[in-house]
This record gives sequence, C-alpha cells and structure tokens, in this order.
Amino acid sequence: MSHKYISTPAYQLVEEFRSDPQKIHDYVDAIYDRIERVEPKVRAYITIRSRDEVHKDVDMLIKSGNYEGPLFGILVAVKDNISTRGIRTTCASKMLENYVPPYDATVIRRLKSAGAIVLGKTNMDEFAMGSTTETSAFYPTRNPWDLSRVPGGSSGGSAAALVAGEATLALGSDTGGSIRNPAAFTATFGLKPTYGLVSRYGLIAYASSMDQIGPLARNTRDLALLLSVIAGYDEHDATSLPVVVPNFVKLLDEYVHREQRLRIAIVKELFERSDISVQSVAGKALDRLCSIHECDEIELRYTKHIVAAYYIIAMAEASSNLARYDGIRYGLKVEVENRSWIDVYTEVRTRGFGYEVKKRIALGAFVLSAGYRDMYYIKALRFRRMLKEMFNEIFKRFDLVASPTMPILPPKLGELVADPIKMYLADINTVIANLIGIPAISVPVGFYNGLPVGLQFMAPPLAEDKLLYVSQQLEDMLKLRDLIAEVS
Amino acid sequence: MSFEIPVKIGLEIHVQITALKTKLFCATKADYRSEEPNTLLCPTCLGLPGALPKVNKKAIEYAIMVAKALNCRIAPKLIFCRKHYFYPDMVKNYQISQYDGPGSTPIASNGFVRIIVDGKPKIVRIRRINLEEDPGRIHYPTGSLLTSKYSLVDYNRSGIALLEIVTEPDIESPREARIFLEKLIAILEYLGVTDTRLEGAFRVDANISVADQARVEIKNIGSIKDVERALTYEILRQKSIIQKGGTVSRETRHWDSSSKVTVPLRIKEFEEDYRYFPDPDLPPITISKEWIEEIEKRMPELPDARIERFVKQYGLDEYRAQVLVLNKWLADLFEEAAKEYNNYKSLADWLITDFLRWVKEFNVDPSRVKATPKHIVKLLKLLDEGLISVRMAKELMPKIVLEGVDVESFVKQHGFSKLSDESELRRVVEEVFREYPRAVEDARRNPKAINFLVGAVMKKTKGRADPQLTIRIIRELLQSQQ
Ligand SMILES: [Zn+2]
Repeated sequence: MSHKYISTPAYQLVEEFRSDPQKIHDYVDAIYDRIERVEPKVRAYITIRSRDEVHKDVDMLIKSGNYEGPLFGILVAVKDNISTRGIRTTCASKMLENYVPPYDATVIRRLKSAGAIVLGKTNMDEFAMGSTTETSAFYPTRNPWDLSRVPGGSSGGSAAALVAGEATLALGSDTGGSIRNPAAFTATFGLKPTYGLVSRYGLIAYASSMDQIGPLARNTRDLALLLSVIAGYDEHDATSLPVVVPNFVKLLDEYVHREQRLRIAIVKELFERSDISVQSVAGKALDRLCSIHECDEIELRYTKHIVAAYYIIAMAEASSNLARYDGIRYGLKVEVENRSWIDVYTEVRTRGFGYEVKKRIALGAFVLSAGYRDMYYIKALRFRRMLKEMFNEIFKRFDLVASPTMPILPPKLGELVADPIKMYLADINTVIANLIGIPAISVPVGFYNGLPVGLQFMAPPLAEDKLLYVSQQLEDMLKLRDLIAEVS
Repeated sequence: MSFEIPVKIGLEIHVQITALKTKLFCATKADYRSEEPNTLLCPTCLGLPGALPKVNKKAIEYAIMVAKALNCRIAPKLIFCRKHYFYPDMVKNYQISQYDGPGSTPIASNGFVRIIVDGKPKIVRIRRINLEEDPGRIHYPTGSLLTSKYSLVDYNRSGIALLEIVTEPDIESPREARIFLEKLIAILEYLGVTDTRLEGAFRVDANISVADQARVEIKNIGSIKDVERALTYEILRQKSIIQKGGTVSRETRHWDSSSKVTVPLRIKEFEEDYRYFPDPDLPPITISKEWIEEIEKRMPELPDARIERFVKQYGLDEYRAQVLVLNKWLADLFEEAAKEYNNYKSLADWLITDFLRWVKEFNVDPSRVKATPKHIVKLLKLLDEGLISVRMAKELMPKIVLEGVDVESFVKQHGFSKLSDESELRRVVEEVFREYPRAVEDARRNPKAINFLVGAVMKKTKGRADPQLTIRIIRELLQSQQ
C-alpha cells in the first residue's frame, strides 16, 4: 500500500514541508483520514488529539517560522508512559486513567523544539509490564499484519500505529525489549539506546536501572533522525550521560560511504532456541549480511539465568517505583472520609492495578524483603555484573552481537498471557541489552507466512552508529522499508 | 546515693539544613515556613510519575561539614537508598536516604562529641549521619488523629534536606542529654548549617533503657527542654515499673508536650522491613579527599577551638569560656566588647549572669537583642569610674537588653547617677539618724549593727548612695555625736 503522505519517510516529508509549509495541513488530514479508517480495527492509541487541535498546532508551527527543525511538521505517536503536558498520560492503567501531567518529559520538549507534533498517546502493556500489549487496562492492540495476533509489547501501540500508517514516527520505551519486540512483530525498526543516552525525565518508571526511551520508525534513516533529536544530556536525569551526541544521520551516510567491514558475533544458542520459522528467515538475512562482514559463531554461557536475573531486578525496582500510586495526590480517587489511610490505599491499589502489575509488585517486594534479599536481589545484581564482564570480553573481539529479536512469531491474542513462563522466556534475547545498559536494534528481515521476523544486533555502549549502519545495509539489501500493512 | 539504676540513652536527631535555598532533590524554594500550604511544589517533590531527583550538591557539602565537625569518618562514596514505607506524608511512599547495610553506607559514621558534665569531660559517640529528604506534614482538622474525619497534607516540606544524626547509647541522664544537645546545636550554628530556632527544624527521637531492660523509643520531641523533660518522665515511669517487680516492654511512645507525659504509640513487635535498595535514579557520588579538604578550608572556627582560644586569649576559666561559646551570639558580643574593655573576666561575668539571664527571662530571640557591645562597654566603664553602683548596673541591664537604651544619657536624664556628693549624703544620713534613734544606739554599742543604717540610707536614696561614702559618714556621725 502506498498513499501520498502515509508511507512517506519523515526525512522526505520535512524537505517537502520546508518548501511549502501549507502541505503540513494536507499531511495531517491524510493521517487523520487513515486513522479513522484503521484505528477501530487496530486500536493502537489510547488518546488521539483532535484533528482541529493538531491543525492549530500546525498553524502555530508555521507562524513560528522555525522551518529548520529536523522534524518540521512530523506527526509523532508517543507511548502513553511518557509525560505530555496537558495530554492525559495513563500508562494503560486504571490508576492513571484521568491523569494529565502538568509537565512535558524531556524527550517531548526536544520533539517540540525540533518542530514535531505529538499526535496521540499509544497503547501499551499496563505500566509497560508485558510483551504483547494485552495487559493494557483498556483494550489490546491488534497486529496490523494479522488482526488475530498481538503486535508485541510493551510498546505495541507505537509499532502498530506506524505500520498501520497512523503516524510517521513513534516513541517507545524499552525495559526488557519493549521497543525491539513490537518492532520485530510489526516489521518496523526499533532501537533501544545506550542507558543514559536519552533522558528518562518524564518517563513513568517501571525499572529505572533499565528503562530507556527510544525511537521506532519505518526506515533506518528516520530512526537515526528521531534518535538524534531525543538523545543528549539532561540535567534533570542524574543517570543521563554527559556526552556530546552526534548527528546520527550524518554518521550513517559516512558509514555507508566507507563500507566499513564489521566483525559480527552470532549467538548460536539464541538462534537454536528460536522457532524454526524464525531461524530460517533470520538466518537467511544474516547470511547475506555475512557476505560483506566478518561473522563468527559464539557461545553464551549461563543463558538460563538471564531471564531470571532480569525479572528479579525489574520487579524489585517496579515494586518501589509503583509505591507512589496511592490516589492521594493524583490518580484513581476513592471515598476518603471516615476511613483510615490504609483502607484508602488498599482500595486504590486493588482497583487501580491490573493482575500482571500486582503480581510484579508482590514478587518485587518479596525479593527485596529481609531474608530473601540476598538470595534473590543481591544474587541477580551479581549475575548482572558477570554478564556485563562477559560482554565486555565479547566486544573486545566483535563490533556487534546478532540474534533473532524474538524467538517466536507474533502469537495469537491470549496465547502468551495464558502461558506466562513462555512469555517471560521469550524475552531472553532482548533483556541482555537492558541488564548491561548497551544499545540494541531490531531490523525487519522478512516474513514467514505473512508474519514479520526481526533480527537483533547489540553493540557496546554508545555504538548506536554501528547498529544504524547494519540496519541501513539490511534495509538496502532486503528493501523492507516504509512498509504499511493493509489492515483488513 | 549509694545505688544508681543504670540508664542508657541514645538520641536520633533530625536537623533540617535550613541554610539551603532549594530542596534536596529539586530546585524548589526551601523556605516554606511563611508560605500557603502546597504552593512550593514541582513534579519531583510532589512525586509525580516520571519525575526524577537531582542532588543538591550544597546539601552534600553541608553534610560533610557536619560530619567533619562531629569527627566522623566520611564515606568515600555517597550512595542514596530508598527506604520504603507507606504513609500519606510521603509522596513516593519511599524516602531517599542512606542505609547501613550491604550495597550502601551512611554518608558519615564513627564520630564523637566532647561535652563537659559537672566539670568532667565526656565523649558521646556518633554512630552515623544520613542525608535524607523530609516528608510533608499532616494536619488534623480537629487537632487529633482520633477525632478527625479526614486529614490534610501539606507537601511544602516534602524534599527539604534533612540530616539524621544518631548517637550511640552513651548518654546517662536527661541532663547529659541536654548538655550534649546544646553542644550539638552550637556546632551546627557555628557551621551555619541550620537555624534550630525555626519551628520544626530540629526534632529528636530518644531511645532509653533503664536497668538494661527493653529499649523504649520516644518519638518527635521538638526542643531541648522537652527532651530533658520527656527523658526524666520516662525514667521515672520505667523505674516505678521495675520497682514494682514488672518488666518494661519494648515500645514506641509519643511525647505529649502539653500534658508533659509520654503515651504509647504502638507496640514494636518486629523490625519494620523497609526493603532498602540503592536508588537507581541516583548514581553513587564520589566524595574525594580533595573535595573534603576544600570544604574543610571553608569551615569556620568550631566551639571546641573557640573555647580553647577564649581560655588562652582572655584568660577565662573553661566554664565561663564554654557558656559564652555555646551561645554563639553572646561569644560574638563578648569578643566585640573585649576590643574596648580589657577586664575580660568582669565582662564575661556580666554577660553570663546578668545579660544572659534577662535574655532568657524575657525569652528574647538573640537576633532581637537591642544591646550592642558598645552599650555593655559603656555600662561597665561607668561602673568602674564609680558613677553608678553595681545595683544600678543590674537594674539597667534589662533596659539595655530589651530597649538598647544608651546608658550615659539615661543616667543623666533620670538622675540615675550615684549619690556621691558628701554634703547631700550627710543630710540624708542625719535624717536617718533622727528617724531611727534606737538603731543609732545599737550601732554605737555594736559596730555590726551599722548595716541597718546603711540600708535605710540606701532605701531613702533609692540605691543611689555610694556605699563606701555612706559608711564613712555614718561612722563619723556616730563618733561625733557620742
Ligand atoms: Zn520540587
């Protein structure tokens, strides 16, 4: 499917808009028309701003005269755990159903000053806890390629919105794969930046030591463009890295021009653990890439501990981060008069949180409690350090580490939530990057029976440029770019 | 007393770093005392979803100063931890603090404070110092938790930088606790870290065990006087339980400052599980030797050093030096006055006994004392020159303290100067002789009885009579009339 504006890359739209800013209005209408057609089936959004409001934003943008913004006039879908001033931010939870932040997250401020316009807030797993967008308290999002299947998660709404043609760019957040997983399931590009490269200020925390906001796009160049806008030091985030962020688009051109040969490690076990369907599609793409780069198989030890360590740390931090939701200052309101605060808190948290969230809070509180802390939490931290050292060693010999993004094809709705162990284990390939703070990307590499397959690459800290480089090469080879699903 | 029941007291002191302009983890204004409720807020100190803490570096520097002044070992790394407990005054339902356990450490530990009890030096050990955030404040519309249908919370205080200073149980009496706290407050005042007179800036929890029985915690005592009172009450209460053959149970009690008793708060059956873990939002901060040295260079003279200097420089005894120094404003006044008046001992005595007494009697905030060093010097010089009597000087003191009256002009205006005119005084003495013939008789027989006549003269002159001159005239008259 190709329709003017719907599938056009952001970098091309920006050029067009600069020469004729009034075209932004036509573009807005095209996207809104598309949303009206497909959104009832896909349900990618929780909140969509009104067409009129967005047109007014466009007028203001044009009046400001700032045509040089790198995202001039581009409509961006934002995951609903990123605070947007004046736009309801729910985290797909009853707890925050009516919460309207009084401030913008740093990434939103950056988007706005780059000339981008927030179009709406996308569906997700409640508080980003899930891999399918099914734990949303409101409704699940459907995979635009096959409406009986999930789009992945937890940033499922952002990925689905892109591939359904309901936005040009999208922001997600990735704590254990939440950008890369839906990117793989929807044939979009998704990047989880180095921990600290993008400010977390305004991102509603799930597991603070692993959460990162990142870009989703329908081609590599757009991905690089969006990353360049959102990345950079922020004094409001103490974990933000004080580094000068390069222009990733320029870097990308330089790499492609130089045709630098990279050393790529292929994690044998992560391939072998994947479904045959995934192995065959991902393997073929990797073979083509290995014809121009230097590839070698490596073995990864202790793989069975990776998922356990990840969930212990994530749940421990979640139990702490979600303690603040008590309905007193914001969030779900219940009757308070003549009741003890413990009663009030209990009712708020019982009614406000869904099952998956409650489960993770309870398990997180358990692994931090006296007597179990050393057995679980401290042990997991120790494993995390060990894993980091293992990868430090790997990156002495290799530039990138490759594996399938997801070991499975997009499952049917209800399939994974019915089998939580399978669901957690499906995260094995993606959680590594979050545990050790390195960047990783998911690139679409093909379809199996009409269902998308993604390939993941991990790189050492701050080597996003190399990730974008292989992504661009695969995109050029496979021509899987600017894809829009029919939605039927 | 031949048999003393041993008492062990440990204190946990919470001190707000009132010297800071902003809160501990955000740029919100810190001075909340004259503001409307819930007006000093930002996403961070209100704990909004997605907001992150950012450490106020000055707060760390003040904490290091205090740690140095309390002779503590400073941690090479400051690691903030989350301490979890649900309570409506806590915006995140966890408090960012430090923790003495695996993965964390207090910012400072193993310090001590020197005090003097009954002339003997004593050491009170400091177990640890934490740098943490203050919660908000809960307000009960009826004044009581039990009778209010709802409660109100003011989060203006939320996120104010707080130092938690914990002592070892080295204190053995309520009086010792007071002496220790006075010294501690003086140190904090010298450092300029906190103004402990501000409401809520200084709060104490006390742990006390009598005769090695269970430890009882008394929560939230707001002043030094109340610490002494609460501990005295608690010792009496526990002693009477023990004397009746009972045992003291481990519990937390609340000090009711209006009825001056402690009341049970809740029975502590188990240690609350705070589920501490390092705050992932705040990477560890390295406290380098160079940083500490640089901070030390900026530290002012501390009480112990100043006491030592007062003894050497002004020849004061340690007791006087200590009383002056522990009241910093008084010590400052002393040093200013000492530039123009060199009878240091007399100056110190006047300041300690009379001046300080009036300040305390009228409960004047030292910053509102009107007297300047010049006032004091003038008064003492008039006294030395014999122009006023000691009694007059004593009477003038409150006027100087409260109104800052100029001694010289006041004395002139009110005829307050000493009556040393011999002929005038002789007339008064003759009058007294006529009025009290019996007393004159007595005085002739017994020289000691002269005091009655002197007293009568003083009464008639309202104390203005020069005592030496009066005695001489009386003796002369007694002899001449014989
Ligand atoms: Zn604030």
